[in-house]
Amino acid sequence: MHGAMTKRGEHRSWGERLIVLVPYLWLTAFFLLPFLIVLKISLSHTAIAQPPYAPVFDPAAGWSGVVEAGSALSFENYALLGSDWLYLASYLKSLEIAAGSTLLLLLIGFPIAYGMARAPRRWQPVIFVLVVLPFWTSFLIRIYAWINILQRDGLLNQLLLALRIVDEPPAWLSTDTAVYIGIVYTYLPFMVLPIYATLEKMDQTLLEAAADLGCPNWKAFWLVTLPLSRPGVMAGTLLCFIPIVGEFVIPDLLGSSQTMMIGQTLWAEFFANKDWPVASAVAVVLLCLLVVPIVVYEQMQTRDLAGGR
Amino acid sequence: MEYAGDTKSDPQRRGTRRTFAPWADSSARPLVRFDDVSKRFGAASAVERVSLDVFPGEFFALLGPSGCGKTTLLRLLAGFETPDQGRILLDGVDIAPVPPYRRPINMMFQSYALFPHLTVEGNVAFGLKQERLSKAEIAARVDEMLALVRLEGFATRKPHQLSGGQRQRVALARSLVKRPRLLLLDEPLAALDKKLRGETQFELMQLQQRLGLTFLIVTHDQQEAMTVADRIAVMDRGRLIQVATPQEIYERPNSRWVADFIGDVNLIEGRVLEVNASGTVVASDAAGRLHALSPADVKPGDVVWVALRPEKVRIAHAPPSTEEENCVAGQVTDIGYLGDLSIYKVRLDNGTVMKTAVANVTRLLERPIGWDDRVWLSWAPEAAMVLTR
Repeated sequence: MHGAMTKRGEHRSWGERLIVLVPYLWLTAFFLLPFLIVLKISLSHTAIAQPPYAPVFDPAAGWSGVVEAGSALSFENYALLGSDWLYLASYLKSLEIAAGSTLLLLLIGFPIAYGMARAPRRWQPVIFVLVVLPFWTSFLIRIYAWINILQRDGLLNQLLLALRIVDEPPAWLSTDTAVYIGIVYTYLPFMVLPIYATLEKMDQTLLEAAADLGCPNWKAFWLVTLPLSRPGVMAGTLLCFIPIVGEFVIPDLLGSSQTMMIGQTLWAEFFANKDWPVASAVAVVLLCLLVVPIVVYEQMQTRDLAGGR
Repeated sequence: MEYAGDTKSDPQRRGTRRTFAPWADSSARPLVRFDDVSKRFGAASAVERVSLDVFPGEFFALLGPSGCGKTTLLRLLAGFETPDQGRILLDGVDIAPVPPYRRPINMMFQSYALFPHLTVEGNVAFGLKQERLSKAEIAARVDEMLALVRLEGFATRKPHQLSGGQRQRVALARSLVKRPRLLLLDEPLAALDKKLRGETQFELMQLQQRLGLTFLIVTHDQQEAMTVADRIAVMDRGRLIQVATPQEIYERPNSRWVADFIGDVNLIEGRVLEVNASGTVVASDAAGRLHALSPADVKPGDVVWVALRPEKVRIAHAPPSTEEENCVAGQVTDIGYLGDLSIYKVRLDNGTVMKTAVANVTRLLERPIGWDDRVWLSWAPEAAMVLTR
């Protein structure tokens, strides 16, 4: 019979199968394979060679070569991560800064998103553009601008001295405060936009319904607006928290060299120590750490979709 | 007057429904009074100088085309809008300073506005929780309400797991559970399909009578208004055109606009020839001399319109035998078969087209009157209404 007889979903055409495959192929080529390579390097040990680790699979040696190289792999680098305080401190510092700045982002981003969603319709596109406007200039340039603002004789201290808030110019640069400022400034749009998207979609008659049922405005915010903005809050939190944990540039340029975030530790292992296996192990553990919140988020989403039953 | 006292003391009003007419009783106190209320949005006037009384226990309908201001009237009552001019009284007290969340009025929204993050139970209990009632009492009243709208098994469902009809009943339960003095219904049945809408209209009426509440419904569906309401206010462009019982609106419309908006009508323009004890005689170009019994404040020479409902016009192959009847000849140009009715369009000799609706009382497949037949239309003098505007 003719192809038109086949039902949709039962027999897919080649074109349809190919389209479904595209994301999988992409993830395989640019995520799974590189990850496997990193995983393998993390199980190797350093060597003064090119590449700077051993063992190396030798395709010419065939199957016996694979077995030989495989038997030389070990978990010693992971043991090192556990035994040296430097790594643990680095992970904890990253989680602390990520959690703290995500909280700050939420506290600053929510009111901004709420204000945007409540603004007159015709103003919303303008405000939207203003929020993403910083992306028009290079991220690096904006961080260098912050160095300028935060340095000892920078704009911030000049202002504080002029207003007689301080007598002695305090040090901002190379402190955690500077890292927080840089991160909150950089990531704010990633918190504001998802929250704005959910608030903007919210049906305003729900608030009228709440008022009609005896609920004053401030209470309706707690009972209706806040619960309904949860998907946006969750998305914004993840969108900020995950990249902040692995953030390298901002703490490197604005923070101190005393306490390093995990991204800086990784960079030091890789480029200063030339210890690729340990650097790879640091990266693998970081990835595992970040998978946890993503899985939790996924589960919450499926539970939300399943509804009250 | 026939109306016997306070309706609240008599929830079993079914038997007395026939005589329920507080609007005709000068001593009856209205529950709601619009006193010369106007509301503008920018340059557009949404409500213009509306004065209106709604009595306790009434099922009152605001009817009009979309954009006529009927929903604005409802929102003024709920407190979502404030009048630019005039007062709104509830039980004789001006409610202008009362915020929406303190008004003993509840509203059922056209979109239902159910809280998507709450279960059916949570939605219905929402209003009661604001009153700080005990958990046990809230649970009891929610159960009672869910039973009333036949949703007992659905308490733990979320709104998106319900059908349109079920959502509509949740919205109704939520707006009734606080036992409001006045329930506002904004196009409550517009989202339902036709059959379900018909059934729900009767359920609403039964509910209103059983609870002895006052309902104010907004609708653009004239059939719906006629079915459920004790009285109807017909609105157009922010103004009240006519406020009367469904029967009066249909049989005695006060203008061509109302006659045309409610049901189908034939309008014949003419000039009054004489007014006497047996009615009004009108001379028309289309149908000659017409005799109407309708009471109208007219004098000879006035330009008037004789309005005729299609179902009151008879159609036959021969002129009627009695002299009393109004009668006019023409040719059938169109026949519409609707099952229960057949609609005949007849072109009169001067070109005017009149409509007549004939009930199909037999199952004959052959129609006695066919296309292009020469026919006579006739109607009794009491069937005709004389309209002056």
